[in-house]
Amino acid sequence: MPEAKSAPLLRVAHLKVAYPIRSSLLQRQISANVAVSDVTFDINPGETVGLVGESGSGKSTVARAVIGLVKPDDGVIEFEGRNITGYSRKQFKSVRREMQMVFQDPYASLNPRLTVRDLIAEGWRVHRDIVPRDRWTAEAKKLMDRVGLNPDYSDRYPHQFSGGQRQRIGIARALALRPKVIICDEPVSALDVSVQAQVLNLLDDLQEELGLAYLFISHDLSVIEHLCDRVLVLHHGHVVEQGNAREIFERPRHEYTKALLAAVPVVRPWLDQADEGRHPTGEPAA
Amino acid sequence: MTATAPAPAPAVNATMRHARRARRGVTVRIVVPLVVIGLIVVGAIVVPLVYHYDPLHADLLARLKPPGTVTSDGGTAILGTDQIGSDLFAQIMAGARVSLLVGVATLVISGVVGLALGLLAGHFGGWLDAALMRIADVQLAFPSILLAILVASVLGQGVGNIIIVLSISNWVVFARVARSQVLGLKNREYVEAARALGAGNWHLMFRTLLPGCMAPVIVVATTQFAQVILTEASLSFLGVGVPLGTPSLGSTIYNGTQYLSTAWWISTLPGIVLVILMLAFGILGDALRDKFDPRLRSA
Ligand SMILES: Nc1ncnc2c1ncn2[C@@H]1O[C@H](COP(=O)(O)OP(=O)(O)OP(=O)(O)O)[C@@H](O)[C@H]1O
Ligand SMILES: [Mg+2]
Repeated sequence: MPEAKSAPLLRVAHLKVAYPIRSSLLQRQISANVAVSDVTFDINPGETVGLVGESGSGKSTVARAVIGLVKPDDGVIEFEGRNITGYSRKQFKSVRREMQMVFQDPYASLNPRLTVRDLIAEGWRVHRDIVPRDRWTAEAKKLMDRVGLNPDYSDRYPHQFSGGQRQRIGIARALALRPKVIICDEPVSALDVSVQAQVLNLLDDLQEELGLAYLFISHDLSVIEHLCDRVLVLHHGHVVEQGNAREIFERPRHEYTKALLAAVPVVRPWLDQADEGRHPTGEPAA
Repeated sequence: MTATAPAPAPAVNATMRHARRARRGVTVRIVVPLVVIGLIVVGAIVVPLVYHYDPLHADLLARLKPPGTVTSDGGTAILGTDQIGSDLFAQIMAGARVSLLVGVATLVISGVVGLALGLLAGHFGGWLDAALMRIADVQLAFPSILLAILVASVLGQGVGNIIIVLSISNWVVFARVARSQVLGLKNREYVEAARALGAGNWHLMFRTLLPGCMAPVIVVATTQFAQVILTEASLSFLGVGVPLGTPSLGSTIYNGTQYLSTAWWISTLPGIVLVILMLAFGILGDALRDKFDPRLRSA
């Protein structure tokens, strides 16, 4: 990785998030469900860090805390050296330009009443200084082209697209803010296997071209191995193992990681490509 | 319809046929009321002009004439005349004009206010939600007739005051519908996605949540319209509605009650128009609800 020695882009230390459990009658908090605790990791510019674990292990919770959708109960989150842990919503706005998210479910995460052009331009409406209003259509079309969508379809609504195409819209939305890091919360788990490979390749290309860093969440180890430099294995909200992706896959130490590895499903198309060189030079995936 | 259906999958065919018939039914139930309402709207605008209708003009020789009477000036009073000799058809249409005006103005005011307050309550929750919803409860418990009498005695009678009274008693419905819709939408992933972009409260409420509230609000508006027109007629019938000299469907019906035994048409015909108008809006609202219902749409 090019800038491995510079300061981390994102630093998460001892993160703890608990969801309150409220009494049904008075909505008083009676207890808390600790979703993650003591999660620590760094992401350097241009690097991909993977987060694996079974369903309910707290992966999405880490993502939501990092991007400020839930308040951490403990721990520190730093972005480019700034402690953003206690930021108000207004203060967080500037961080969100640099840090974006691609959601798991491409059917639920796009507003069904907006056209693709408006979905992509939504970020520019929120952050007024990125693209002037009269350039929105042109820039949105450019982004559609970049993520492999036909720019002529900019007036269509999300329901007129397939799952893979919708996830490309989601990626274009994130790219519109020109972020430095994108949190991908299981971006392909809702897609067909064949489409998964195309979307993963797109993410890979974008990283090379734009120097993006990813926090890449998946329950699928083969996807993680393909994309990630470093991996955290999450189990019941705790990190049970972390380190270099290759090493963990070759010599898993924790029982849980071994169990996860044993559960890796049949061959995936992108694994076949992996040995022929990870980044096929420049040509877009067919 | 049954003769040509091929045998292999009768159950599937039956469901599909049922769904298609239901959809066609919805279209008919939307188009027919719209045509009826359209005719009444056009009539309410055009007829009083064509007849040079003047509510204060009395022609005592032409009083209480039954429908179809040829008047002294050579015209035909197709719906008869009332107790001061006005043409009833023109009067009914002028009354419909007032009713429609009151209905539209009330819905716009109470709809905008109710929608805004419902969005606020649903989006922010907490004490704001609790406070607004308690006010709404109090409002619902307070009969609009009582409010109308209060306003009429303080501000005097007038079309504007009726609109105020009806708006005050109607915003609650819109606020409740908008709020419940927001509560259903605000945990959707696309709202979270807008938050993740950095969207503020204003953006979330008016760009993300509001469009999702519009379908049920339109349905409610249609059914409320019938309700508002009826309430206006009741208020005018009771004498706390439109001022004397302003024809409204309610006041015309009221004026005719004294002549029911001798001139039945004065009360009955505007009553029929009122019923037709209400039915049209009621059926339209019902059909729109079916149209927006995803179970029917996906079929
Ligand atoms: N909004 C919430 N309120 C209360 N508890 C929650 C909430 N969201 C998640 N949890 C709980 O937190 C824990 C972690 O959930 P999280 O969504 O982070 O898991 P995940 O690893 O992303 O799972 P998946 O692979 O299914 O997406 C779970 O036990 C879940 O029940
Ligand atoms: Mg998740």
